[in-house]
Amino acid sequence: MQFPSPTVQAAPPRSSSGATQPLLAVRDVYKTYSLKHGQTLRAVDGVSFTVMPGEVLGLVGESGCGKSTLGRCLLRLNDVSAGQIIFDGQDITRLPERILRPLRQQMQMVFQDSYASLNPRRRIGDLLAEPLRVHRTPDGRKHTPMAIAHRLEELMELVSLPRAALERYPHEFSGGQRQRVNIARALVLSPRLVVADEPVSALDVSVQAQIVNLFADLQKSLGLTYVFIAHDLAVVRQISTRVAVMYLGVIVELGETDTVLHNPAHPYTIALTQAVPRPVVGAPRHAPLRGEIPSPVNKPSGCRFHTRCPAVQTRCQNEAPTLTQIAPNHAVACHYPVLKSTHA
Amino acid sequence: MPTNTLSPPLLDVHDLCVSFTSRGQVVPIVENLSFSIGEQEILGLVGESGSGKSVTAMALMGLIDAPGVHVSGSARFKGQDLLGLSGKQMRALRGREIAMIFQDPMTAFTPVYTIGWQIDEQLRAHHNLSRKQARTRTVELLGEMGVPDPANTANRYPHQLSGGLRQRAMIAMALSCNPSLLIADEPTTALDVTVQAQILDLMRRLRTTYGSSVLLITHDMGVVAETCDSTLVLYSGRAAETGATQDLFAHPQHPYTAALLASIPPMNGPRPDRLPAIPGTPPQPLERPAGCAFAPRCTYTHASCLPAPPPTFCTVGPAHKVACVLPGEGNPLPKRAYTSATPVL
Ligand SMILES: Nc1ncnc2c1ncn2[C@@H]1O[C@H](COP(=O)(O)OP(=O)(O)OP(=O)(O)O)[C@@H](O)[C@H]1O
Ligand SMILES: Nc1ncnc2c1ncn2[C@@H]1O[C@H](COP(=O)(O)OP(=O)(O)O)[C@@H](O)[C@H]1O
Ligand code: SF4
Ligand code: SF4
Ligand SMILES: [Mg+2]
Ligand SMILES: [Mg+2]
Repeated sequence: MQFPSPTVQAAPPRSSSGATQPLLAVRDVYKTYSLKHGQTLRAVDGVSFTVMPGEVLGLVGESGCGKSTLGRCLLRLNDVSAGQIIFDGQDITRLPERILRPLRQQMQMVFQDSYASLNPRRRIGDLLAEPLRVHRTPDGRKHTPMAIAHRLEELMELVSLPRAALERYPHEFSGGQRQRVNIARALVLSPRLVVADEPVSALDVSVQAQIVNLFADLQKSLGLTYVFIAHDLAVVRQISTRVAVMYLGVIVELGETDTVLHNPAHPYTIALTQAVPRPVVGAPRHAPLRGEIPSPVNKPSGCRFHTRCPAVQTRCQNEAPTLTQIAPNHAVACHYPVLKSTHA
Repeated sequence: MPTNTLSPPLLDVHDLCVSFTSRGQVVPIVENLSFSIGEQEILGLVGESGSGKSVTAMALMGLIDAPGVHVSGSARFKGQDLLGLSGKQMRALRGREIAMIFQDPMTAFTPVYTIGWQIDEQLRAHHNLSRKQARTRTVELLGEMGVPDPANTANRYPHQLSGGLRQRAMIAMALSCNPSLLIADEPTTALDVTVQAQILDLMRRLRTTYGSSVLLITHDMGVVAETCDSTLVLYSGRAAETGATQDLFAHPQHPYTAALLASIPPMNGPRPDRLPAIPGTPPQPLERPAGCAFAPRCTYTHASCLPAPPPTFCTVGPAHKVACVLPGEGNPLPKRAYTSATPVL
């Protein structure tokens, strides 16, 4: 199946301000879970960043570092424990659901497991129509059946599925097609922000590229803004304008995609880029790091990476580094950042 | 590591077919698979989910004997045919001569005993060791697998260990009897890349420290490129291409292999606007075309690709074989355009 350029035009920008205002601003956000025996786990431990309209922010890091938790906080699917989430200039952190509701149309999520997120007993057309039946048009009216039918056809075209797919059930699709359905569902209400949590990780290798292309096409043609969560650095590089690297609940490096992936300054980012196995035969490379990510319940003191860091110094054990700008649009949380590809 | 071409291979699989019967229909899962693994060689068996990798491994281990399963072909291992062994003979071989590790280490361990106890038992089942001697060896093995503080870790239960540590413990258990062949089914798929790199390091060292051969099953072309001496690419239950990893990656000659490699986003060099994706999806076993299974997705499909039987292996270089009609018709694919000169990140 090839992907014709989507014919449907982007919804007109609804921002009252110019493009100089971030679509999403995250200010010192914490998310704490309470565990048994009075223990607490700070899954997100003080995170700040902004995303401009039309930008794709890639969020990478190893399992359990807090990517999904943060993603859910951004859309208020989780309540944050502290900090602020500002969407299009409006603080949504503690908005009651009633006021939040119209805003929810503008931010949607796509998940990894294409099957779990679709009700198996409902036809695709039904699943896609539901948000239109629940939500109202911008001028407060109900969507007419005609308008709904028209929108569904538009959506099928957007994600390159045949119209006949609307009559079928989720189990009748392959994983890649189901992920197209999930993307269509996220787009029903013409959102401006899409948070995608590992949307291609569960797909067959030969299908991943199709879906990565689809995300990229939609982003361009609809002017969407993404927070794209993935552990595959190559996929993140392909789609993102900027990349944030997380470790144990915090962002350790943030900057332009090529800066972060080709000139990483944080020892963890350097290790991460070196650990990615590439489909090129060469001298076998050695594991860049020893040990594993420590438990998020008992985080190391000082710099939380110090137990595995090849560049650790005494200061790192006691003093936590903060995310600091080291160049325009490049911030690192490390006392001894590696500057200018000296590690190559 | 070059395999010694004079000695016979450790494992020689010929025409392996596995089918299941489902609702009265015979479902071919693996069709006419042939490959061999030399002494101390690491062979990568690579394919997408559902391509039949695990079924191949289970068939070799004598672990699929569900009703309706039909296994045919031969698998010669040290002079005997694994597929002809009785359950008892196979059990004697498993663990001692051939060991297997899985993607999910929890399947290898019982939750109610410490990992040390379970490795001790495995050792004692095959060697005449006292409990104390077994534990000494267990601790040694765990240490060799890079488990920190092995004496104490041995006393912990599987669920008390992280994924990476459990994987190391499972490899320790698999190696406890010094098997000549280790079958590793997606051993790093569930692990983070930094831990994956450690386990792959370990895999590469096994052949020198233990003299083991490895059948490494994965869906990740990157893992194959970095770890395996030779590669066998599976597509929809059939072999598509095999060869020395170096040759196969430098010049993939099956359109599937070539397209798969091309579709992986690059880590360096310019970012393409769009990735060269492969259209469509792999066929289900019952919908597998009679001719070439890749034909519905292939850019080069033409009349001779479609009739049964599917293309058989055509030799295109030393040990490099391709199940595609193109080389035989005098139209081999061009070499892969990748920039090996660009430093890999
Ligand atoms: N509902 C919950 N209750 C308690 N702990 C939780 C809960 N959800 C997540 N956690 C913990 O919070 C931490 C971050 O989890 P999260 O799912 O955000 O990680 P992630 O980066 O998305 O990982 P992965 O790559 O595995 O998806 C983990 O230690 C996790 O175990
Ligand atoms: N017990 C079984 N009964 C019927 N079909 C099976 C069984 N086990 C596996 N299969 C089918 O065999 C094919 C290959 O499966 P598998 O070897 O697990 O693939 P892989 O390991 O390459 O992902 C799949 O189509 C799967 O659905
Ligand atoms: S602060 Fe110290 S321990 Fe942390 S990453 Fe930097 S050098 Fe390593
Ligand atoms: S046999 Fe034909 S369809 Fe199959 S891979 Fe070769 S060219 Fe493509
Ligand atoms: Mg997650
Ligand atoms: Mg499998």
